Amino acid sequence: MSEYHDPSNVVNPEHADHHIVTPVTYSIVFATLLVMTGVTVGAAYIDLGLMNPVIALAIASFKAVIVILFFMHVKYQSKLVKLTVISGFFTFLVLTTMTLTDYISRAWGLW
Amino acid sequence: MDNVTVATHPHTHETAVAAEHQHVALPQHRHHFETEEQQREAGTFGMWLFLLTEIMFFGGLFFAYLLYRNWYNPAFVVSSNQLSIPLGAANTAILIASGFFMALGVWAAEVRKKGLLLLFLVLTTVFGLAFLGIKAVEYHEKWEKHHIPGASFDVSQFINPQAYGLKEKPLAPDMAQKTQVFFFLYFAMTGMHAFHMIIGIVLLFWLMWRANRGEFSSGYVAPIENFGLYWHFVDIVWIFLFPLLYLINRHPV
Repeated sequence: MSEYHDPSNVVNPEHADHHIVTPVTYSIVFATLLVMTGVTVGAAYIDLGLMNPVIALAIASFKAVIVILFFMHVKYQSKLVKLTVISGFFTFLVLTTMTLTDYISRAWGLW
Repeated sequence: MDNVTVATHPHTHETAVAAEHQHVALPQHRHHFETEEQQREAGTFGMWLFLLTEIMFFGGLFFAYLLYRNWYNPAFVVSSNQLSIPLGAANTAILIASGFFMALGVWAAEVRKKGLLLLFLVLTTVFGLAFLGIKAVEYHEKWEKHHIPGASFDVSQFINPQAYGLKEKPLAPDMAQKTQVFFFLYFAMTGMHAFHMIIGIVLLFWLMWRANRGEFSSGYVAPIENFGLYWHFVDIVWIFLFPLLYLINRHPV
């Protein structure tokens, strides 16, 4: 029992070990972000119809994820912090979906 | 059961395994935290909770954009084409560079290099100011073209694009008025983003002053790290603003 009840957080520390992200990692992320910016600008000049916004947002999401994971160190944080970050974006998606269903259902067939 | 355990194993430093508890007695290590890692995690957790409120704040603006883009798509297409992709792309690269130097600043603080930390904070600020400078140029162009929503807003470029040498389809007068919605959202979203950057730059000067006193080069990294989270969050907002405002309306469906 005492193995799990550990108020001093000594036997089984849940806090992530402190991890120093190196400039090499930061440089790789930086280069990736610049390349993806170039790709998204290039894709905007090609007419892909409905896929234009989808591709642009997919690239933006990819860039945001690597910023969050590496620049913001979330990859090296504890589960508490990871869960906090994910729950924030998840709540935003839920709110957006609920508001959209409201707008769509009020002007049924006119969207 | 747990109560008994707590009574016999009180939550104090004295009962902890000494070897596990030899934290450096830094003045900034608060007594109510068991370990330095715990204090650090609590700070990170708190900073992220603040950033979640920021996600909700900008999220409302993003939602408004999503809705009105669907309602007034023709107006959003032509007004989006008024924005300069080269300037927007350059600003994206500049902001990413600013974030890169901020990340390096956190590293410099962790490895306790005071000079490098100061240099990276200065570079973060310089690129941040460059971003705001380009933004000001873009705003000024909108001012000259009367594309700022309000009483002086001019729809003639959207009603009669050929007269201005634009290869757009002319809009009906009522749809042309809806371009004001695009420009309102453009100024609201980029303006709130720029406002966050101005706050960030003020904080950067304060951090530079403290870094120069050596406050962050002896193992105390939290203010630099948590400010970094804020700065990167502002980057992420722009990462989404750039394609939404500048790019995705180029080729109307």
